[in-house]
Amino acid sequence: MIFEFLEPAFMQRALLAALVVGLCAPLVGIFLVQRRLSLMGDGLGHIALTGVALGFLLQTNPVATAVIVASIGAIVVEIIRAYGKTSGDVALAVLFYGGIAGGVLLIGLSSKKSNVNLLSYLFGSLTTVSKFDIALIVALAVVIFFATLLLKKSLFALCHDSEFAQVSGIPVKLLSMLLAVMTAVTVTIAMRVVGLLLVSALMIIPVATAQQISKSFSGTRILSAAIGSFGAVSGVITSFYFDLAPGALIVVIVIFLFISSIGFSSYTRRRSLRLQVR
Amino acid sequence: MTLGINSSSVVAILGSNGSGKSTFVKACLGLAPIYKGTVSIFGTEFSHFKDRDRLGYVPQRIHDAMGIPATVSEVVESGRLSHGWLRRFTQEDKEKISHAIEVVGLKDRENDSINTLSGGQYQRTLIARALASEPDLLFLDEPTAGVDLATQNVFAEALKHLVQGGTTVVLVSHELGPLRPLIDRVIMFREGRVSFDGSPDAEAVDSHIFHDHPHSSSKPAEGWEIS
Repeated sequence: MIFEFLEPAFMQRALLAALVVGLCAPLVGIFLVQRRLSLMGDGLGHIALTGVALGFLLQTNPVATAVIVASIGAIVVEIIRAYGKTSGDVALAVLFYGGIAGGVLLIGLSSKKSNVNLLSYLFGSLTTVSKFDIALIVALAVVIFFATLLLKKSLFALCHDSEFAQVSGIPVKLLSMLLAVMTAVTVTIAMRVVGLLLVSALMIIPVATAQQISKSFSGTRILSAAIGSFGAVSGVITSFYFDLAPGALIVVIVIFLFISSIGFSSYTRRRSLRLQVR
Repeated sequence: MTLGINSSSVVAILGSNGSGKSTFVKACLGLAPIYKGTVSIFGTEFSHFKDRDRLGYVPQRIHDAMGIPATVSEVVESGRLSHGWLRRFTQEDKEKISHAIEVVGLKDRENDSINTLSGGQYQRTLIARALASEPDLLFLDEPTAGVDLATQNVFAEALKHLVQGGTTVVLVSHELGPLRPLIDRVIMFREGRVSFDGSPDAEAVDSHIFHDHPHSSSKPAEGWEIS
């Protein structure tokens, strides 16, 4: 049977998680790329690790604590960015490495109580996604989806020209904060799919791919969401047949699409140049 | 310094680089911190001023071609957000956006990516973005710097329409060029102070343009900053 990958319940959950995360990650990532904050997702992923460890320590759901800790981290990052411009770069680095170190220390403390597998959060483990996890992932993904849809014009204005946005009366500080929190939430729901170390790839690479092909912002937005969800779902299906890590496969697939898009865009550019010369 | 600007006038702020003219405009718009003094717009202190749709701003050109692609109309759309940043666009919004693009002569490039535009065309896009909100008071920071003569003429034409409709215009510039006939008043800045305030026909204005303008001499004098 062709659709045998749909039979196991864990695969159904894995595919659903991959689909919604692959769809939402680029919808947030596009604003990060536009604002030149492509590494923001990586940084918040580091901070989320502390949240995961805190979840183990408190013996609650690690996804839930990661969402909370990463969101608080995002707000702190935005405050540092807004008020301490000169040393912002260093302050952010301190926060990010503090996130990893805190995570490792807290997991060390909790290892006496439970047998935790840090690797499954660093590199993703879709097949162990529980029913509670999937409910949380889908609910948060729906919120992200509609928030980016509702705010897309204001966020575009903010990321394109923040001074103009401020003069227009758009609450730039509030929106920047909201974008940071949305990034934190996306990072945490994506960590079960691709892992904290690869989270940013799913937010950034589909956008970088789409912008090679599209000439409008809305076109890039839609295409990047399509590429993200295609990459995520096809990665999970391929991993089922070849018994490979789905997170890494997803990232390799989107990188392959990115390289193809560069080839495609340079071919069409050369072709249109040649047509103009004739 | 104390400066009052009457409604329905066109004021040009001249001065060499570093004279404080851009900072002045940014302070008027709440973009630069004010350590001492107040800014009032339409009789309201700036921090209490809420009718942002009455305010227009054309910043100094920031053209980065490497960003996410966006079409001319997507950029101009941002101009309508001053009428409410959370609402959906109505038919009226769409008409104003389309009209603003037409005024600056970019109708045929409407759906092209801004990454494919020339510097002058991108500047026109930014002007259209400010026009789309139909402001009563428009600030322009170096609108004609590094822009070809064709764009300067298009811009002068667009400005004339605005002024006839009763808009107040404050523009920062190095030179007056084709805008000269439209200007009612010239304020000159030097080292953060007003060094001249009066009619554009005054002799001082000509001497400023002749002596202080970096492009008018082929070799800049010592100590000048050209960015």
